[in-house]
Amino acid sequence: MKPTKFLLSAAAAAITAGAASAEDMTLVSWGGAYQASQQKAYAEPYMEMHPDVNIVWDESSAEAVAKLRAMNEAGNITWDVVDVVASDAIRLCDEGLAMEIDPDTQLAPAPDGTPASEDFGDLLVSDCFIPQIVYSTTFGYRTDLVGDTPPDDICDVFDLEAYPGKRSLEKRPINNMEWALLCDGVPKDEVYDVLATDEGQDRALKKLDTIKDSVVWWSAGADTPQLLADGEVVMGSTYNGRLFSLIEEQKQPVAMLWDAQVFDLDGWIIPAGLSDERKQRALDFIYFATDTQRLADQAKYISYGPARKSSAPLVGKHAELGIDMAPHMPTDPNNAKNTFLYNYEFWADYRDDIDAKFQAWLAQ
Amino acid sequence: MTDASHTEGPMLAADGTPLKQSLARSLRRQKLRALLLIAPLLIFVLFSFIVPIGAMLFRSVENSIVQDTLPLTVEALQSWDEKSGELPPENVYEAFVRDMVVAVENKQHTRLGTRLNYEETGMSSLFRKSGRKIKKLDPDTDGPFKDKLIDIHDGWGDVKTWQVIKTHAVPITNGYFLNAVDMRRTPDGPQMQPEDKRILVKLFGRTLFMSLVITGACILLAYPVSYLLATLPMRVSNMLMILVLLPFWTSLLVRTSAWKVMLQQQGVINDTLVWLGLVADDARLIIINNQIGTIIAMTHILLPFMILPMYSVMQTIPPSYTRAAKSMGATNWTTFWRIYFPQSIPGIGAGSILVFILAIGYYITPEIVGGTKGVFISNRIAYHISSSLNWGLAAALGTILLAVVLILYWVYDKIVGIDNVKLG
Repeated sequence: MKPTKFLLSAAAAAITAGAASAEDMTLVSWGGAYQASQQKAYAEPYMEMHPDVNIVWDESSAEAVAKLRAMNEAGNITWDVVDVVASDAIRLCDEGLAMEIDPDTQLAPAPDGTPASEDFGDLLVSDCFIPQIVYSTTFGYRTDLVGDTPPDDICDVFDLEAYPGKRSLEKRPINNMEWALLCDGVPKDEVYDVLATDEGQDRALKKLDTIKDSVVWWSAGADTPQLLADGEVVMGSTYNGRLFSLIEEQKQPVAMLWDAQVFDLDGWIIPAGLSDERKQRALDFIYFATDTQRLADQAKYISYGPARKSSAPLVGKHAELGIDMAPHMPTDPNNAKNTFLYNYEFWADYRDDIDAKFQAWLAQ
Repeated sequence: MTDASHTEGPMLAADGTPLKQSLARSLRRQKLRALLLIAPLLIFVLFSFIVPIGAMLFRSVENSIVQDTLPLTVEALQSWDEKSGELPPENVYEAFVRDMVVAVENKQHTRLGTRLNYEETGMSSLFRKSGRKIKKLDPDTDGPFKDKLIDIHDGWGDVKTWQVIKTHAVPITNGYFLNAVDMRRTPDGPQMQPEDKRILVKLFGRTLFMSLVITGACILLAYPVSYLLATLPMRVSNMLMILVLLPFWTSLLVRTSAWKVMLQQQGVINDTLVWLGLVADDARLIIINNQIGTIIAMTHILLPFMILPMYSVMQTIPPSYTRAAKSMGATNWTTFWRIYFPQSIPGIGAGSILVFILAIGYYITPEIVGGTKGVFISNRIAYHISSSLNWGLAAALGTILLAVVLILYWVYDKIVGIDNVKLG
């Protein structure tokens, strides 16, 4: 933290501490194990350092974009820092609902002095977005229902003969269309070019048609773990952290199929239109919560990879289970042999169009 | 004489003012007092219900963003023939650069891009990508702009881009309503959406059909229960009543999730059937993630809304009527069908309206147990409100849904008569 900024916030802290007791700062997140990891890694240490700030949580990240828009129209923004996925951050930035951030002056540099913009690198996908974790959407399968040859290829999802039974897929086109094209023989680097055409979209849907009758479509991240645990499905896609807790914490007979996992990002945005005082406080929190050590700390509680390059070597053991977390990270070299990066630009454009087709296809 | 003069003039009140005036004044005072008494409720309803709904419905036609963001461009485009197949002239490009410099400054250009992307895929990134570069241009000195813009992004060299801007430049649009019935606004007037994108009309139909089925199922199940409730001795019927109300007090999400546990293929019902040998292990019933799942779960959830009005109507049916019918030789069936049933119709009517109107707007239960074929139009509205942010389309869908409910209510009034509805 820069000395002047520190003095300022210290002075502000002294004044507010003198005037009133702790002030509420509202963080918005996803609830569940993920929010708990943020509470332990970021919020608790921060409140210890700043007894004048009291962090309260709002579990509204899933509807954050709509709610922020409504708040903005009403002219009363009650949130201070909001956790959203990168594609939502891009939309919030487009709509002018999130504040632009200058990584090099407003975020902490790496311990060796590397500026934040280099430390985060390509993951700074929007001017408003402060990346926090890399997560992936990937498949888990029931080890006891797949026979002697467990699936090791994404296309096994489409292979009903070798792996009969139901699969669960997310009820939206994103990811599913890419996987379908990959398994229909489209090279990885051409997937989005193909998907941009009507023929390509039809081709992907046609491929999905081959397994349509065997698919259970999910809309909440907790669905696939539940379906796998109940034996409703043989394999299913969900976020890797959910599968981690299913496998390591609940000890279910499930294993990961990391092939063609799709990387995505989750991080913070600060809503536009906060008062100067609240903005300063939010920035101060962000500066602390996204530094190298804090991001590495979060990985002690949940198996999502820290977004900073400099955090990776600091990832240690799970706080309660005591197992090494590195091999469970989506970014671990063993898991990341074949990966796919969510194409934000593409989906920002094509989302509505392809979604309409996808929903029409589902309804047939 | 004095008497006569009194009768000739207008009748006067005690204080000498004409009686008519005096009466009107006191009536007015009474009305005002009544108004003051209901004022808190009226103001509350106005600001928490009517104004927000009105504002939301207005979004279904409101479309000033194009004109507000690109005022000069819209004006310049007036003289361009969008059907000519040729790019607009240089003055449009110059006006566009002037507009965009201001828009980028106020960060309005990406918002406009999002709006136009609902109509034409690719507009979002076109505006986002071009914004920074156009900002660097100086509208006064850097012209001509046509080639420069096409250099920045070839989307500006596509006639379609300009057609979309011109077509959607009207401040009040029917575009969202057209979208809501699987059509779209084009330079050549309204046209159907391509076949593979038509979904909303189908969903409207499905919502109506399934709501009717659910209402029917509720009537069949609720009638005997309400009858028992109304006729059994107090002690037993109170017990039954608690059983009816218990699920009513349980969280909607909990009940829906419980149905998931019951209905899935490895769930309680299938396990029991397999254990009993009624169903083969490899042919377990599929009763969730489809229409059946939605109908079962929603019938259960909405059942109390049918039972309660039916019960309160049946309670008021005097048992002496049925006794009288029987004493005159009517069979049990005739007694029921000719005497009891007609008197219970108002309860069925009230329950049906309640259940049907609740069902038509249901969202969370179909989302959880409906899979792909059991979802309602409200799931699409929710998607456009919270995911795609296309609030105009969501508002148009909501308006249509509201209109459909009002029409059905009117039809119901014509056929059954709204006077025949009683809540007790």
